[in-house]
Amino acid sequence: MIEEKFDAIVVGAGPSGNAAAYTMAKEGLKVLQLERGEYPGSKNVQGAILYADALEKIIPDFREDAPLERHVIEQRLWTMDDTSYVGMHYRSDDFNEERPNRYTIIRAQFDKWFSGKVREAGVVLLCETTVTELLRDTQGRVIGVRTDREGGTAFADVVILGEGVNGLVGQRSGLRPELKPETVALAVKEMHFLPREVIESRFNLKGNEGAVIEAMGTITDGMTGTGFIYTNQESISIGIGCIVSDFAESGRTPYGLLEAFKRHPSVRPLLEGSECKEYAAHLIPEGGYNAMPELFGDGWIVVGDAGQFVNAVHREGSNLAMTTGRVAGETVVWLKRRREVASKANLAEYQRRLEATFVMKDLKKYRRIPDFLHRNKQFFGVYPKLLSAAAQTWFRVDGVDKRAKEKQIFQSFREGRTLPGLIGDALKLARSWR
Amino acid sequence: MMNTTEVGAAPKAPPVKVEERLFQNRYLVDAGRPHIKIKPHAEPSKALMALTHLCPAGCYSLNDKGQVEAVVDGCVECGTCRVLTAKTGEVEWNYPRGGFGVLFKFG
Ligand SMILES: Cc1cc2nc3c(=O)[nH]c(=O)nc-3n(C[C@H](O)[C@H](O)[C@H](O)COP(=O)(O)OP(=O)(O)OC[C@H]3O[C@@H](n4cnc5c(N)ncnc54)[C@H](O)[C@@H]3O)c2cc1C
Ligand code: SF4
Repeated sequence: MIEEKFDAIVVGAGPSGNAAAYTMAKEGLKVLQLERGEYPGSKNVQGAILYADALEKIIPDFREDAPLERHVIEQRLWTMDDTSYVGMHYRSDDFNEERPNRYTIIRAQFDKWFSGKVREAGVVLLCETTVTELLRDTQGRVIGVRTDREGGTAFADVVILGEGVNGLVGQRSGLRPELKPETVALAVKEMHFLPREVIESRFNLKGNEGAVIEAMGTITDGMTGTGFIYTNQESISIGIGCIVSDFAESGRTPYGLLEAFKRHPSVRPLLEGSECKEYAAHLIPEGGYNAMPELFGDGWIVVGDAGQFVNAVHREGSNLAMTTGRVAGETVVWLKRRREVASKANLAEYQRRLEATFVMKDLKKYRRIPDFLHRNKQFFGVYPKLLSAAAQTWFRVDGVDKRAKEKQIFQSFREGRTLPGLIGDALKLARSWR
Repeated sequence: MMNTTEVGAAPKAPPVKVEERLFQNRYLVDAGRPHIKIKPHAEPSKALMALTHLCPAGCYSLNDKGQVEAVVDGCVECGTCRVLTAKTGEVEWNYPRGGFGVLFKFG
C-alpha cells in the first residue's frame, strides 16, 4: 500500500489512537494512522462527557476551536424505582470557570475535530481502511499491518492498537483474550433534538451551562447497569447500558429498556416534543483492572478501550483512552530519541509510566468493584425500591408520627434485605471500594 | 427486514419496534456481502437464541424451522453477537469493508 516505512502505525482514530498519533507526530515522528470508518467518529459512540484535563495535556488550547456542547455545572445522581427517583444533585457556580472541567460533546463531531489536529501535526491518515492482521517477522516481532485495501500492507517500527473494545486485530492475533459477556456492557443511546431555550428552561441552565444525569435502579430491571441523560446545545443524549450476560438472561431487548427509561414519569417531561435523529449502540469494557490484558509486546502497544481502560463507576473512558494514547506516544518518542528498538523489554517503559498516572491508580483501587456489582444485584433493584419507599414515608404528611415513620422505614429495610444482609452489603461495599 | 418486538416490556409500554429507530440512521450497505454470517445449525444454542432479543438492531430472528437467521443491513457494529457466541462459534463476524456499514452522524 505504502512503500516507505513509518516510525509508527496507529490502528484507529478514536480518542486513544488520536492522542497517540498526535503526540508522536508533534515530536517529528513519521506516523501512519488507519481508520475503518468513512471519517473518524463515524463508528464511535459515547455519552458523552469530555474531561478537559486529559485533553489539555495533549492540546492545551483545545477550547479555542473544539466542538464543545455545554460545560457541566450540575451533576445529578438518581436512584430510581418505577414511579420515583431519589436524587443527589450537585450544582455549583464554581463550574462556570474560565477553563471548565467537564463538557458534553457529540462524539462524531469531536473525533473529526481531533483528527484535524492530528493531520495538521503531520500524521498520514487513511480512512475507509480496515486493518485485518498484524505482520510479524520470523522472530514473531510485529513489523506492520495488513489492511483490506488492495496490496494493503504497511510497515513500521511499532504498531499502536487503539482499535476500541471490539478490537478484532489484537484478539485474533492472540495478543489478548476474547471479551467475556460478564465483563462487557451493551449500551444503547438516542439523540433527541429540542430548541436550546427549551433545554435550558427544562434543566435550569443559561448560556452554555450543562447538566448531566446518571441513573440507576429499576430502570435496568434487575440487571447490572445504568442510564444517563446529558444536555447538549440543541439535543439531549439519553442512553442505558447493562452487562451483556445479564441482558442475555433477562429476555429484555436493549431498545425496550431504553423506551421504558424514556417513558419513566421523571424522564418523559424532559424529552417531551423532541425529535430523535439517531439510534446507536456500543459495547463498554467494564471488567476493570482484573480484565486488563497484556499491554505491550515486541513491536506493539495497546491503548484505550482495547486495553480495558475504563472506570465504569465514574463513567470515565475517553480520558483514560487519551491518557494511555499520550503515554504510549511519549514512550515511543523516548525510545526513538535513545535510538532503541521497540522490543518488549523496552516497551515495558509504557506500563511503568502508566503506573504513575491516575489511570492505573484508579483502576487498581476499583479492581474489585466490577465483580461486586455483578454479584450484588440488590444495588440495582431492592435498594432503589427501599430508598424510594423510605423517602415517600418520610415526606408524606399523613398523621403518622415521626417515630412510627422511622420504625416503618427501618422495618422495611429489614424485611427487604434482612439485618445480616444489610450489614453484609455495607461491609462488602466498603471492602470493594477501599 | 427485521421483525423484533419487545418480549417482557414494562406493562404500560406498547411493543417497541426497533425498525423505527434504525430508520433514522445512515448506512452504506455492502450489498451482497454481509459482514456477519450464522453457521448452519439444526438447533440454535442458548446464546444464539438470546440474540433474537439481545441484538440492539434486531438483526436476529427465529425462522419457522426453529433456526436463527440474521439480516444485518441495520447492524450498528457493536459486536455483542460476536462476544456472546465466541464460545460456541456460531457467528462468523467481521467488520464491514472499510467505509461500509453504519455511519454515525452524532455517535
Ligand atoms: C454509551 C457510552 C457512553 C459513554 N460515556 C462516556 C463518557 O461520558 N465519558 C467518557 O469519558 N467515556 C465514555 N464512554 C467510553 C468512551 O466512549 C470510550 O472509553 C472511548 O471511546 C475509548 O476510546 P478508544 O479510542 O480506545 O476507542 P474507540 O473510540 O472505540 O475508537 C476505536 C477506533 O478504531 C477504529 N477501528 C477499530 N478496528 C479497526 C480496524 N481493524 N481497522 C481500522 N480501524 C479500526 C474504530 O472505527 C474507531 O474509530 C462511553 C461509552 C459508551 C459506549
Ligand atoms: S454487531 Fe451488534 S448490531 Fe450488529 S448484528 Fe451483532 S449484535 Fe446486532
